Amino acid sequence: MLQWLPENVSTFGQGVDNLFYAIYYITLVTLILVIGTLITFLIKYRYQEGKKADYIEGSTTLEIVWTAATTVIVFVLAMFSYPQWNNIKSPTSFPENPDVVVQVSGKQFNWDMTYPGPDNEFGTDDDLLLENELHVPVNAVVHIRLTAVDVIHSFFVPQLRLKQDALPGRIINVWFEATKAGRYEIPCAELCGFGHSGMLGYLNVHAQTDYDAWVQERWPQ
Amino acid sequence: MHDNEHTSHHEESFIRKYIFSLDHKTIGKQFLIYGLIMFFLGGGLALLFRWQLAYPDKPLPIIGASTEYMEEGEVVTGADRMWERIYESEKEEWLEVNMPNGVVDPAFYNMLFTMHATVMVFFVVVPILVGAFGNFLIPLMIGTRDMAFPILNMLSFWFAVLAAVIMTIGFFVPGGHAAAGWTGYAPLSSDAQWTGVEWGQILWGLSLFVQGLSSLVGSINYITTIINMRAPGMTFFRLPLVIWSLFIVAILLLLAFPVLSSAIVLLVFDRLAGTTFFTPTAEGGGDPLLWQHLFWFFGHPEVYILILPGMGIASELIAVFSRKPIFGYRSMVYAMIAIAFLGWIVWGHHMFQSGMRPGLGSVFMTTTMLIAVPSAIKTFNWLGTMFRGSIRFTTPMLHGIAFVSMFVIGGLSGIYMANTPVDIFIHDTYYIVAHIHYVVFGGSLFAIFGGIVFWFPKMYGRYMNDTLSKIHFWLTFIAFNCTFFPMHILGVGGHMRRISNPMQYEFLQGFEGMNIFITMSAFTLGFTQLILVFNFFWSIYRGKVAEQNPWHVNTLEWEAPTPVPHGNFVQIPTVYRGPYEYSVPDEEEDWIPQARPEHAPATSGD
Repeated sequence: MLQWLPENVSTFGQGVDNLFYAIYYITLVTLILVIGTLITFLIKYRYQEGKKADYIEGSTTLEIVWTAATTVIVFVLAMFSYPQWNNIKSPTSFPENPDVVVQVSGKQFNWDMTYPGPDNEFGTDDDLLLENELHVPVNAVVHIRLTAVDVIHSFFVPQLRLKQDALPGRIINVWFEATKAGRYEIPCAELCGFGHSGMLGYLNVHAQTDYDAWVQERWPQ
Repeated sequence: MHDNEHTSHHEESFIRKYIFSLDHKTIGKQFLIYGLIMFFLGGGLALLFRWQLAYPDKPLPIIGASTEYMEEGEVVTGADRMWERIYESEKEEWLEVNMPNGVVDPAFYNMLFTMHATVMVFFVVVPILVGAFGNFLIPLMIGTRDMAFPILNMLSFWFAVLAAVIMTIGFFVPGGHAAAGWTGYAPLSSDAQWTGVEWGQILWGLSLFVQGLSSLVGSINYITTIINMRAPGMTFFRLPLVIWSLFIVAILLLLAFPVLSSAIVLLVFDRLAGTTFFTPTAEGGGDPLLWQHLFWFFGHPEVYILILPGMGIASELIAVFSRKPIFGYRSMVYAMIAIAFLGWIVWGHHMFQSGMRPGLGSVFMTTTMLIAVPSAIKTFNWLGTMFRGSIRFTTPMLHGIAFVSMFVIGGLSGIYMANTPVDIFIHDTYYIVAHIHYVVFGGSLFAIFGGIVFWFPKMYGRYMNDTLSKIHFWLTFIAFNCTFFPMHILGVGGHMRRISNPMQYEFLQGFEGMNIFITMSAFTLGFTQLILVFNFFWSIYRGKVAEQNPWHVNTLEWEAPTPVPHGNFVQIPTVYRGPYEYSVPDEEEDWIPQARPEHAPATSGD
């Protein structure tokens, strides 16, 4: 089933995918065991003339075994998940000194990308506003200040394994590092009104030289 | 309290007997029929948006064919007449506004899925599971003559009717019905300018508020009845599991629904009184996340309200038709209590990507994954109940087995969402749509179907036609899996939920065929339900007459005569044992009713 996953192009995406695969195999095995047992029981213990069911009220040992086993599995799974989650979402563990900082603002039904320009400060004359087009270099740490002007939107880049709601009145910091140049879609993943379907931006990941050229073109020195 | 009522055969007027009835059985049946009617509304809405997803922006054949009618202005459906009356000043054809030339308009699409979920959750599953089965079963199974508060009980039903009327009116007001999702996330829902929906959203809130009153009086009634009115000898640990589940659910409803009601009041203030509880403003204002916290603090217990009675019903079916005691009865009870308790501390898992502090995500992930533990206990106990049983493949049992297997899939797929890093990718995709439908359709609805067939002989004194029931079961089971299983794959592919046209996205191009397949399965699933409804109403009048205890069940409802008279029992039964004494060694028969005295000669349960 997991071959349907879009290609991963972010540094933290592999960690997400590994967990995805781990859970996939754990649940697949559980499913096969449970459904297999169910079908076996249905066939083996079907009604047969003259055969009475056995009077079994339960088994404390078994209850303890499957309670303990399930508890252990979920805690182990949780232990492996905390670091991944913190790495992606917790601002205190973001890589410092980003190569690019962009403000992304959702509004019905576009993504506004604001670049701070060479002075690295927002709200100055050299800011650059682009509608639905985000340009970043490959293999570089990108920080996004994510916000919204009207309703809640959600910044989703499937190939980066990244999704974060954008809230009006709040700036949420997001980071990623893309590992492969290309043009990726940025759909909105939170219902935002009648134009929600089709609210679509693009993430352009450039090779460093192409990105430098793009910067040069936008802010000629 | 009603001790002598069964002896006095006072004639009741038609209205007292069938409309404003105080009898818990009639109210239960009223809720059942109410739920079935709304089931068709909710399902119809789903088919409309499934059409759009498979064939984006193509006209729906039936409506498309009637275009000439619309040009001549001759579409005089019931809906159109209502539209004219409410909205005379700006007379526009309802269909022309919502489905121009038979194509689902994007705003209409948002309304469709919003109302599909609202109707199914609040007007189908809860009224049937809690309203119908709760009312019908609680007094009969605990051995009493009626609910503690019959008038409140009647009010509970008529509040629900009022709520359904308000909800239906919402479809015909200018601006259309609520279109901000059944979760009604603010600020989309709290300000008309973002959706163009004016009164629809307010009526949506008002209707849920009234439905909340219905749930509130209902749950007070259930709790009081179960605590105070059990038959002599019916201790808590002799209660059938379905009664345990309804008891726990009543407590959840009592505590959870007021939270939604309060949130709705704030939302309506935001809309009508100019407050900004959920909208940040230049001066500060409120916070959109406040709505999400309030909604999901209600919403997650609500999810368990939807599934726990299903678990209870499935437990009855599996024990009865395996002719075995429930494996680990007490741990089944404790597991349900654990699920209900954990239900209060997991709401944040709906908000992992919402901008809530990430540290909280880890906390909520832990509590959420813990729910796997009681769920696993329940599943293994169902398997244990079938182990070395004598399984009869009756139609109710087929539904019970379907419940278990679908619940296993729904439960396991929940682990993906509970896991915060994986959730980043599958949040708000079709993965969650698959998950919720495996739990609520695959789980609750199969339990409902099984429960209807199982208790129908006691409700109406007749059997449902078994051939039709079996056809309905198999078609539903196959079409259900064909509809919802592929949605897991859509989710893995990143297919967002709530988008009206997946073909607008490059990365979703490969899913067109799958969407068409899902839609065809969904139409099959929808039309299959006509079999159920036909069978239901036909069998009320024409079904084979049933004996008093056709399935040889131990619990008390089968002690009552069929059809059950006002006051239920000829004599209030005394309970001598637990509900699942099947296949007791050294007994001639494989069942011992709860009310049979010790060492009494066996009587057949004709």
